[in-house]
Amino acid sequence: MLRYLAKRLLLLIPVALGVAFLAFLLIHLVPGDPARTFLGSHSTPAGIRSLDHAWGLDRPLPVQYWLFLDRLLHGDLGQSLFYQASVNTLIASRLPATLLLLVYATILSLLISVPIALLAAVRRNSWVDQTARAIPVVGIGMPSFWLGIMLILVFALRLRLFPVGGYGQDTLHHLWSMFLPGLTVALAISPMLIRSLRASLIEALDSDYVAFARSKGLPGWIVLLRYGLRNASISGVTILGINIGFLVGGTLVVENVFAVPGLGSLMVQSIMNRDFPVVQGITIVFAVIVIVVYLLTDLAYAALDPRVQFS
Amino acid sequence: MSTVTEVLTSEAAVPRRPRLLRSRTLLAGAALLAVIVALAILAPLLTRYNPIQQDLTHILLNPSRQHPLGTDELGRDVWSRLLYGARTDLRVAFVAVLFPFCIGTFVGAISGYVEGWVDFSIMRLVEVVVAFPFYVLVIALVFAMGPGTRSIYLAITIVSWVSYTRIVRAETLVAKRQEYVLAARVGGLSHARILFRHILPNVITQCIVFAMSDIVLDILAIVTLGYLGLGVPPPTPDWGNMIASGQQFLTTHWQLSTIPGVVVVITGLALMLVGDGLAEVLRPE
Repeated sequence: MLRYLAKRLLLLIPVALGVAFLAFLLIHLVPGDPARTFLGSHSTPAGIRSLDHAWGLDRPLPVQYWLFLDRLLHGDLGQSLFYQASVNTLIASRLPATLLLLVYATILSLLISVPIALLAAVRRNSWVDQTARAIPVVGIGMPSFWLGIMLILVFALRLRLFPVGGYGQDTLHHLWSMFLPGLTVALAISPMLIRSLRASLIEALDSDYVAFARSKGLPGWIVLLRYGLRNASISGVTILGINIGFLVGGTLVVENVFAVPGLGSLMVQSIMNRDFPVVQGITIVFAVIVIVVYLLTDLAYAALDPRVQFS
Repeated sequence: MSTVTEVLTSEAAVPRRPRLLRSRTLLAGAALLAVIVALAILAPLLTRYNPIQQDLTHILLNPSRQHPLGTDELGRDVWSRLLYGARTDLRVAFVAVLFPFCIGTFVGAISGYVEGWVDFSIMRLVEVVVAFPFYVLVIALVFAMGPGTRSIYLAITIVSWVSYTRIVRAETLVAKRQEYVLAARVGGLSHARILFRHILPNVITQCIVFAMSDIVLDILAIVTLGYLGLGVPPPTPDWGNMIASGQQFLTTHWQLSTIPGVVVVITGLALMLVGDGLAEVLRPE
């Protein structure tokens, strides 16, 4: 297990360097001069020169990358161009809302997809199963932000059950006002979860060990819970882990629909302000979240399933 | 993205129908898609309004005989904008899927066939791209390169070639150990010929099936960028942009945001049906 962990961490090094490089490249993809683009109509040659110097753009590319890596390793994401604050401070103030939304959406998506997948796998080809198979076909093409607007229309504007947006003042209000955003993200990723969970449950239920458990006369619900669901939950962890990218992406977009003060809305605001360092910093933070979840998923998978060999 | 691939490959056995035309799923999807594409192409014949022509004396009208779906906050005909929006979004999505398809397939085939350090490097590169959530990278790239269709093509290409590479690499790894490949090698064929004439045609079907759901993802990406104000620049009609500008009139004119979204869902449904149908038809014996 320790050797597996060490190897897994070692393989992370080139990936981390690559992620940093891609984030670093963002500023160099800007057509023309980033300083000129940022200054817009206020640009003067002297202004451009001083900004170029402040951003280190007047040095050779490898040196710039080295300086960038050096800053990253010290946990410094730079200074915002628009707000009088460091990118670290800005991200730290916005992170809680995003994390709450991610956790909320994960829980809600499990509450939605596990029962549907379970019923579909047990009652195969019944109407539940037909529905469970139709949901992904219709649902994958549904834009999450549009879904959010529709939920606002029905539950906030018509039924007045939830606020239209925002974050609330205390924990209870956080949970109340984040329900619709959480539900939106959950509904957006549920089609994929249902599809994968149903497939892995069917695989578990069709296996020899389930047939054996049945033939020795165990009641159906014990077979289902102890042998079916337990084994399917291992692949369930992987399915959730693989989907973290979609989850984070959904969060980014949906935050903007509900005006949630999280990283996603900060990213879009910073894009409008042409605040390069903040956009770059958030891109890195999102990538780090995904890498960490991928790693945890692999470890959890290895820990949960005794058949996995650590090679 | 990888989930969609896995899902498509792991879908439980459905009774296989031998002929292209016998897959009802494929027929339904293709028919629906044909209708949508026809509406987009015939847009100039189906409406007499210019989709970008403002008419400030007729703003926010409810549906009527003159304007079947009403007008928006600048007095533009919603039905016209919907039709011309289909032209924009479908064109961009169909073109955007081509580059990653070609690049990803090529890189994946090389990676799986050559193996060794080439494969190792390519796989690390894939991991780098996969570490970024799809929307985060697409949005960051479009931001850096400036809004417009060219940036959208580039961003989608940079982000989504990895899915094709993963599919083709996995299939090539299996295929290169099959007997027909060994036979070809014993027969003295060159590696390039074996890879592109013998292996690739056998592994590409998975990619074609995946490309259908990938177009759906691309349409979603384009519409989402439009919603966030980073997509095809206004006044060019785009579904995402229509949903965004309708949001502020939700209390009084809910149809402005609702209708373009429904159209996106129907388009996605058509493409998913075509993809599922193709998977049924192309599944090997």
